[in-house]
Amino acid sequence: MFSKILIANRGEIACRVIKTARKMGIKTVAVYSDADKDALHVEMADEAVHIGPAPAAQSYLIADKIIEACKKTGAEAVHPGYGFLSERASFPQALAEHGIVFIGPNPHAIEAMGDKIESKKAAAAANVSTVPGYLGVIESGAEAAKIADEIGYPVMIKASAGGGGKGMRIAYSREEVQDGFDRAKSEAKSSFGDDRVFVEKFIVDPRHIEIQVLGDKHGNVLYLGERECSIQRRNQKVVEEAPSPLLDEATRRKMGEQAVALAKAVGYDSAGTVEFVAGQDKSFYFLEMNTRLQVEHPVTELITGIDLVEQMIRVAAGEKLAFTQDDIKLNGWAVESRIYAEDPYRNFLPSIGRLVRYRPPAEGKTGDITVRNDTGVYEGGEISLYYDPMIAKLVTHAPTRAEAIEAQADALDAFAIDGIGHNIPFLSALMAHERWKSGQLSTGFIAEEYPDGFHARAPEGELIHQISAVAAVIDHVQNARKRHISGQMMGKPVTFDTHRVVHLGGSHALIVASCEIADVDGGYKVQMFEDDGTPGHVHVLASGWTPGEPVWRGTIDGVPAALQVRPVLNGVALAYRGVATEARVFTAREAELCALMPVKEASAGGKELLCPMPGLVVSIAVQPGQEVKAGEALAVVEAMKMENVLRAERDGVIKSVLAKPGDSLAVDAVILEFA
Amino acid sequence: MKEILEELESRRSIAALGGGAKRIAAQHNRGKLTARERIELLLDRGSFEEFDTFVQHRCIDFGMETQKIPGDGVVTGWGTVNGRQVFVFAKDFTVFGGSLSEEHARKITKIQDMALKTRAPIIGLFDAGGARIQEGVAALGGYGEVFKRNVTSSGVIPQISLIMGPCAGGDVYSPAMTDFIFMVRDTSYMFVTGPDVVKTVTNETVTSEELGGAKVHTTKSSVADGSYENDVEMLLQTRRLIDFLPLNNQSGVPEWPSFDDPLREDESLDTLIPENPNKPYDIKELILKLADEGDFFEIQATFAKNIVTGFGRVEGRTVGFVANQPMVLAGVLDADASRKAARFVRFCDAFEIPIVTLVDVPGFLPGTAQEYGGLIKHGAKLLFAYSQATVPLVTVITRKAFGGAYDVMASKHVGGDVNYAWPTAQIAVMGAKGAVEIIFRADMGDPDKIATQTKNYEQRFLSPFVAAERGYVDEVIMPKTTRKRIARALAMLRSKQVEQPLKKHDNLPL
Repeated sequence: MFSKILIANRGEIACRVIKTARKMGIKTVAVYSDADKDALHVEMADEAVHIGPAPAAQSYLIADKIIEACKKTGAEAVHPGYGFLSERASFPQALAEHGIVFIGPNPHAIEAMGDKIESKKAAAAANVSTVPGYLGVIESGAEAAKIADEIGYPVMIKASAGGGGKGMRIAYSREEVQDGFDRAKSEAKSSFGDDRVFVEKFIVDPRHIEIQVLGDKHGNVLYLGERECSIQRRNQKVVEEAPSPLLDEATRRKMGEQAVALAKAVGYDSAGTVEFVAGQDKSFYFLEMNTRLQVEHPVTELITGIDLVEQMIRVAAGEKLAFTQDDIKLNGWAVESRIYAEDPYRNFLPSIGRLVRYRPPAEGKTGDITVRNDTGVYEGGEISLYYDPMIAKLVTHAPTRAEAIEAQADALDAFAIDGIGHNIPFLSALMAHERWKSGQLSTGFIAEEYPDGFHARAPEGELIHQISAVAAVIDHVQNARKRHISGQMMGKPVTFDTHRVVHLGGSHALIVASCEIADVDGGYKVQMFEDDGTPGHVHVLASGWTPGEPVWRGTIDGVPAALQVRPVLNGVALAYRGVATEARVFTAREAELCALMPVKEASAGGKELLCPMPGLVVSIAVQPGQEVKAGEALAVVEAMKMENVLRAERDGVIKSVLAKPGDSLAVDAVILEFA
Repeated sequence: MKEILEELESRRSIAALGGGAKRIAAQHNRGKLTARERIELLLDRGSFEEFDTFVQHRCIDFGMETQKIPGDGVVTGWGTVNGRQVFVFAKDFTVFGGSLSEEHARKITKIQDMALKTRAPIIGLFDAGGARIQEGVAALGGYGEVFKRNVTSSGVIPQISLIMGPCAGGDVYSPAMTDFIFMVRDTSYMFVTGPDVVKTVTNETVTSEELGGAKVHTTKSSVADGSYENDVEMLLQTRRLIDFLPLNNQSGVPEWPSFDDPLREDESLDTLIPENPNKPYDIKELILKLADEGDFFEIQATFAKNIVTGFGRVEGRTVGFVANQPMVLAGVLDADASRKAARFVRFCDAFEIPIVTLVDVPGFLPGTAQEYGGLIKHGAKLLFAYSQATVPLVTVITRKAFGGAYDVMASKHVGGDVNYAWPTAQIAVMGAKGAVEIIFRADMGDPDKIATQTKNYEQRFLSPFVAAERGYVDEVIMPKTTRKRIARALAMLRSKQVEQPLKKHDNLPL
């Protein structure tokens, strides 16, 4: 076994690998760029080596720097993580030349699976089910149309070297094929410098299901069940789970055996993933093979109990797999959410900056429920623009799918992040989505269910009661403390109305709930009233929440719940199950007088962006005609040697930009105008 | 007997209606509450005791003798806010437009006298049309009586003015002499002379909102300390503010049980200061992480944003925070920021509220605009305010403390009791580049020499240690321990006593 390994990666995956290495008694070396000097993986590793400036192309992607770092530290092997150098066949080759072991598959396997057309040919040769199509080089639109006629419509025209949806077209007829072929070809040429395109059958409502395989250097290859990753936004996986709600045992075995056959055919000797596209009828077709550890590998680890990183290290060191296919048992269900630094309310724009608050839910096993959070950040850390904006992977495991989803929803509710935009509201809403819960998935799920983008869920039904009751309890705790302020005149503390009216307001219409709150043994009793004043539900809540805590943890009618709590003027902003709302709790009289207050239109704000101080324009982030959302950066102005980011106060469209970088502006100089 | 008792009730219910149902409806239609509704929201339920319900004016000119309404346009009395005594007067716009008559003024001064006598805060709610013109000089006399009492009470009891409608002419000067002014957006305005007079005299066309709306006074003139969306929001926030304020200058700060451990360490503060010295950071993050439960009541949040002032608590006891804000103009001190902070420091000092000062200041703002605007005198106000303060002063230098601004910001030299610096602090006369260009002017032609000297300067002076060697900072502390350090320093300073030479009063550079 190795005594020291280097992790040629950053962020959560570097931390993840370090954890396993540490468990195995192996020393670890981290590498870092300028931007990652204070990153968590650097702190966790036994040693760390600086490898260059922030851009990955000048640091994490340079094999020579990694090799140099190995030599400097005496690391015997390199784990590449995912991304960066993980799937470059040249990297393990270069390592080998210096006598360093690559913790991953052999370069031939990487090469064989690296090209889409080549890998399909290999798959077909290994009798793996492939999408009907033509894998040869297609010369003309006419030829493409002929092939399409044979395989049946709709068909997909795809760049051979492509990925991420680029150079991809769907054609429903002969004419569309001819037209699409030329365009796909030129797009492929300009995007990838390789104009080869191929044609294949297009699967309607496809699902993304992938098989985890694991091989050693002694010819053994096993499959560790599947993962379903159909919840994608613009071809980026958002939520993954294992197993897949679609598969039955027979299909699973069939897919697994084909995946193993392919892996064996290319001499695969590490952890890898064979991706399939599956139809709703459980038909499945080979898509591609990823010759690395996948982002979503934790769901497989949780249902199999196998530490994939440990296995990768062991097989890289030459060990034989210590188990056989028969030993692999799938146990329970695991769901993973990718928590990204992106603002779901602003069309998922990336959000960078300081993590003013970062408090993930507690990890570990409670009863049947396991919560795991793979992360590479910490409170006070920085999300930089140079790398993938993933903050964490939150994984929950439970005996059943429904329980795992419920646990995931709970864990998301308890996850507190401030300082940057993040997609937890979206993930929470997703966990409550009926179609997701029913398992009726397809890769078009997000586009179909959220065609106009994401908006916070409006509270409804039971959620109104639950959120109102928590708001009333929060207000009650605050009032109870006020009773103890010093300097009161009457010798006994002032009393408060126990009848409260809760206003829930936000992007949704105002919701009014009326209740009576009382302290009961170990908690609070909240008697709700109907609109006509007749008593409605009674909720019993218990919580040790005190003012200042960002998460209200407790039980509502005996069921554990966690709500995000942030102070707002005269109230709190609450987030729960994808609902985001502001709650203000009034006495009946206050509520009555509130009703007399005028409803004001959101103030239009200025038509211009004015320079708030004398300064130098560093950059302008927008162009005329561009739509901007409130909070989006518009320009950077330097004053007193300090860079100030000017942001849009509201949504709008840029009419004209009057300043340019380098301009020296006076106070109130117009930088740009809104339409 | 019963009828006699009932007569009281009936007279009260007439008085309670003020200017009558029609005028109340009109008030509501303007998006405003009535005087009595406002008092109801401001005070604890059922705690209001009204005085002078039946007072009427005595004017007999211009037909006024036939128009009499009990209360005469102002509702006065006292009550409690979370059990603590406060006095209140609220102009009743439904009665003679809330205009001030001699009797109206007398109702206010009665309450002012009582507030001063009993050393309890007084809150004035303004929504009125100015002087009762029919009364002429009697009204003006009334104003004067009110003003005089404002001044007598200043520094003895907190005085708060809530502008909830028109406030013009003579009405503006009473608020102007109180400690805090808050305005309701869109429905309130304040000016000495209104748009009509402005038009006549200067030929300037301007709306009331442009002349004296909440936006003007919270961003340009700094007359107001904050603004709120509507009456309810303002009144509930006023209750919140009162929870921070002492009842008077001798009562000491209020205290309530804190849920936040005073010894709490916050690791994230160790990374608050960016690697790049030219990158700003938000000083409010630090304030929120230092104050109990992240609860901070900001004063003048939208004016001179390069300095942040406001109230928080440590160990459940009120603390005033003053902090340079690197996010705005690099946190530089200019005339506006100096005035804003000076006034806040003096309020805290007058009412025995300890002050925590967070320093990241690159100096005073250069330029003709500033110098012509009297930066010297305005900057001196803040220096004066700190130097004169006898309350506990705890100072934390987070990054830059350059030049004269270092001295001003509650340095050891002007009376700082406990002065801490973070390891990231740079306590120096100026930044390295500027300093080297002056000291090594002769070498300006040699970039290598200059670079070396700049590096030397940075190493020697751009750290807290030169100051620490001289005892100008008491200790260099880890950022994460700041709350603990402040809490312990404040606890230690609770018994602070300062002897001052006898004087009538100081001569603040006004």
